[in-house]
Amino acid sequence: MSRLSPRRRAYDMAVRALLYGSTLLTCGLLLALIGYILYRGVPGISWAFLTTADSVLQGTVGILPSIRNTIYVILASLALVLPLGVGAAVYLTEYARNRRLVGAIEFATEILAGIPSILYALVGAVVFCQVLGLGKTLLAGSLTLVIMTLPTIIRTTQVSLRTVPQSYREGALGLGSGKWHMIRTVVLPGSLSGIVTGCILAVGRIVGESAVLLYTAGLSTMMQDFSTIEALMRSSGATLTVALYVYAKERADLAAAFSVATVLLALTALINLAAGLVGRKHS
Amino acid sequence: MAPIIRAERLELYYGTHPALRGITMDLPANQITALIGPSGCGKSTFLRTLDRMNDLVPTVSIRGRVLYRGEDIYAPGRDVTALRKQIGMVFQKANPFPMSIYDNVAYGPRTHGIRDRGRLDAIVEESLRGAAIWDEVRDRLKKSALGLSGGQQQRLCIARALAVEPDVLLMDEATSALDPISAARIEELILELKQRYTIIMVTHNLQQAARVSDRTAFFLLGEVIEYGPTGQLFSMPRDKRTEEYITGRFG
Repeated sequence: MSRLSPRRRAYDMAVRALLYGSTLLTCGLLLALIGYILYRGVPGISWAFLTTADSVLQGTVGILPSIRNTIYVILASLALVLPLGVGAAVYLTEYARNRRLVGAIEFATEILAGIPSILYALVGAVVFCQVLGLGKTLLAGSLTLVIMTLPTIIRTTQVSLRTVPQSYREGALGLGSGKWHMIRTVVLPGSLSGIVTGCILAVGRIVGESAVLLYTAGLSTMMQDFSTIEALMRSSGATLTVALYVYAKERADLAAAFSVATVLLALTALINLAAGLVGRKHS
Repeated sequence: MAPIIRAERLELYYGTHPALRGITMDLPANQITALIGPSGCGKSTFLRTLDRMNDLVPTVSIRGRVLYRGEDIYAPGRDVTALRKQIGMVFQKANPFPMSIYDNVAYGPRTHGIRDRGRLDAIVEESLRGAAIWDEVRDRLKKSALGLSGGQQQRLCIARALAVEPDVLLMDEATSALDPISAARIEELILELKQRYTIIMVTHNLQQAARVSDRTAFFLLGEVIEYGPTGQLFSMPRDKRTEEYITGRFG
């Protein structure tokens, strides 16, 4: 049995210590952060906090409008971005013959995916809120988020379309299926898990987004008029992240801000869990 | 016998590379025609021109004509989906869809507008019987087709092709990925199918071509070197290159 030389052993130990150290530090930081948020946020969470709106008369804080707005914005964005993004991806991978054009579009999508969200915010505020006259509304916010999440949906859909074996396509076409019929019955079902994963990623980005909504959807934490979808989408409202900003910066109510942060944390964990489940189910 | 398919001076290019260099060939109905030749000789390419599968390759250009029942399948405005319904294809690697066995076989009929449950049931059973796999799968029609063995999957693909009631079956090395026993079963099946269908098969297995086919065409570098009754081609080849290939001097 050969033994390591003392020098190599010392080296080995040092590297090990370094690796353990960085792992420990990373986990420590993460746990401390989560722990601190929970420590400051959990006491403020109550049934009333989750199910009422702010009340100036009673002096209570409630984030129901913000939770609602978050859900509305997610639903509205997905409803628009899904057909658009999946459609674009299907066109790019299944129909487009011009390689240069596809390359150019994919390059543009790549760049769009990497742009800081504050730039989307700026463009959204100018184009949707001002030029198109939508004002700071949930609709303007959702539209801006559609543009922001479009690259994510296109990319993930494209990737999963490409994993569908060419032999499935040939098999379907060989039976006399038309191209769109083939895509609808064989290719899209085969890439469903990828599309769902893309959706979850998009939802994650929407939930975590603050700059865009701050600029385009407004800061209102009041209950919205949701008698009709139109009235709802035309009203201004803060999502959870924006509400966090409002409580922390404009009202200096840090306790409420931490409680909102706790809710956001739970939501994010939930989304990641869902993504993991979908991934495992289809792997 | 009148040919069901006739290729006339058929040329095919991948970009500028010629893969088929002027092929003229009559393929008779209700016979088994084997296409043999070394890798890259153009036999699979030729097979895929017969149901326009090469349309999927963007750089392909084609000259000449392919007549199916007297009509040019490359004529402008030709309905490719209708053509592919009449000329079915079985691929080298079994490619069942990730659906149930039943849905795989019903895929074609449904595509062509058959919705009636009873009719679909009948077609599925008949097709699976036709492909000699009914007895093995009758109890698990709702199970995923991907759970079948390789040989079963290939017979399922044959059943799937039969379900749209084609005229011609193209088989692209349909047994090459299978074990000898599964391959033998499919060979038997091909002989049975000959009663009702015209079969054109690409094969690398010369014994298989000799056992199964009525006529054989020997391809080399994109040309048909020799084409005739299988017995004659294997026992008394007219061309030196055919003789060298079938006696294993190259391949």
